Amino acid sequence: MLSLPIFLVASVVKIVLVIFILLTAVAYTVWLERKVVGHMQNRWGPSRVGPFGLLQPLADGIKFLLKEDLTPPHVYRPLFIAAPMIAVICALTSISVIPFGTAIPVAGHIIPLQITDLNIGLLLILGVTSIGVYGVALAGWSSNNKYSLLGGLRASAQMVSYEICLGLSLVGVLIVSGSFSLQQIVESQRGYFWGFIPKWNIFYGCQFVAFFIYLMAAYAETNRIPFDLPEAETELVAGYHTEYSAMKFAMFFMAEYANMITVACLATILFLGGGNGPLFGPPVLRLILPTFYFVAKVFVFLFTYIWVRGTLPRFRYDQLMAFGWKFLFPLAIANLVVTALVVAYRS
Amino acid sequence: MLHLVLFLVFGAICVAGAINLLVQSHPISSALSLVVVMASLAVEYLLLGAEFVAAVQVIVYAGAVMVLFVFVIMLLNAGVEERTKGSQVALILGIPGVLAGGLLVAWVLIERTGTATVGLGALPGFPKTIGNLLFHDFLLPFEITSVLVLIAIMGAVVLASRPEPKNPEKES
Repeated sequence: MLSLPIFLVASVVKIVLVIFILLTAVAYTVWLERKVVGHMQNRWGPSRVGPFGLLQPLADGIKFLLKEDLTPPHVYRPLFIAAPMIAVICALTSISVIPFGTAIPVAGHIIPLQITDLNIGLLLILGVTSIGVYGVALAGWSSNNKYSLLGGLRASAQMVSYEICLGLSLVGVLIVSGSFSLQQIVESQRGYFWGFIPKWNIFYGCQFVAFFIYLMAAYAETNRIPFDLPEAETELVAGYHTEYSAMKFAMFFMAEYANMITVACLATILFLGGGNGPLFGPPVLRLILPTFYFVAKVFVFLFTYIWVRGTLPRFRYDQLMAFGWKFLFPLAIANLVVTALVVAYRS
Repeated sequence: MLHLVLFLVFGAICVAGAINLLVQSHPISSALSLVVVMASLAVEYLLLGAEFVAAVQVIVYAGAVMVLFVFVIMLLNAGVEERTKGSQVALILGIPGVLAGGLLVAWVLIERTGTATVGLGALPGFPKTIGNLLFHDFLLPFEITSVLVLIAIMGAVVLASRPEPKNPEKES
């Protein structure tokens, strides 16, 4: 255990670092998306600001800060202002329980690379995500505009529906690893099956089915193509954030990308073994490698996100609901039953 | 010490939210005050040591149930409520009733210290403990409750499904 002052200093340093890295990652995920989708569509993407357009996120940030912050006269002001804050706070909170690697020794103290390790870490993320729905729903309602309202209603219906599949797909992993603490879930995936296949949850029994369900539900939860109906440009102008401008719009934007990163981190921890991987070399390298593996896995997941966006068209709304309730939901239940049977048989 | 301060603060927020729920005239504001009440109750559970119950409180009540409430209010497009003078019965009986109830609760808490109260962080709130209790010691009540919920869901489906529209071409 750490003493109180050291604990406080370590926590503050970790929080500042994590928020800085998260926001930078958000900015550069946007850059990556524009670049990759650009190349997929046979154009260059951002290329003017800095080498390879690398300074484009900075320019975007300055633009968001300096633009006029319009509040239309017919909105319900308190909720109109609160909605983007709810969205961004929820998106930033859930990163606090993510373990980024092994514990590192700093000046004689062992510091875990995680803001806090809760017994109910996974439940905290699910709870915060379910509160995050309010940001979108209230933005749509308080804008007092029919496109916004339709976007908000679609978003809340979609998120409530797919949250069930998301939760059910995670229960299988919980049965296998027997803990809600993300640190212990990562620990349980250390080692190899038969000496060469990594002991990640995705390779355990039929957990790849759970991974598929998680992937679909996660895309729907973060309102990404092919599930981006809440902000479908061709039907709803811009959906729930039609009336927002400048920094308030940027907060929704940040919340969406921060949620993407959280979802990618969670997928890495639950299914892809977190920071586990082959360790070699000098002691310093052994400390850094888990974090490197973690970031690499998250990057692969984020790239898949962008790849899917560049490839698939948007669902129709009835298709979205039918897919969620009539296909994913029964599949998740079946996967749960089979996983429980396998675990009961092996123990 | 810090826990006690936090407990009192969130208790105050909870009561303030409940009062705001009654005072607000717009349904959405009332629903959001209810969310505040639910969330601060979750923090109280957490401070008492019931981590799992706190998380479930947020996910189920503040997350799922209240989102559906807000959703329905948005769909109905309910306006600002109308103020009436209220009923005479509520005015005459309400305040003495609340006072009597409060006194009763206070009396029970003072007289029966230790049996009905719990210290901060004293509840065994680990998911494992709760799982053992639910699926081992209280299995029968748990299963009966789940059947009740199933019946309620089926009832909702029956009520919500529209009768098949009659096709005139087929009949003729």
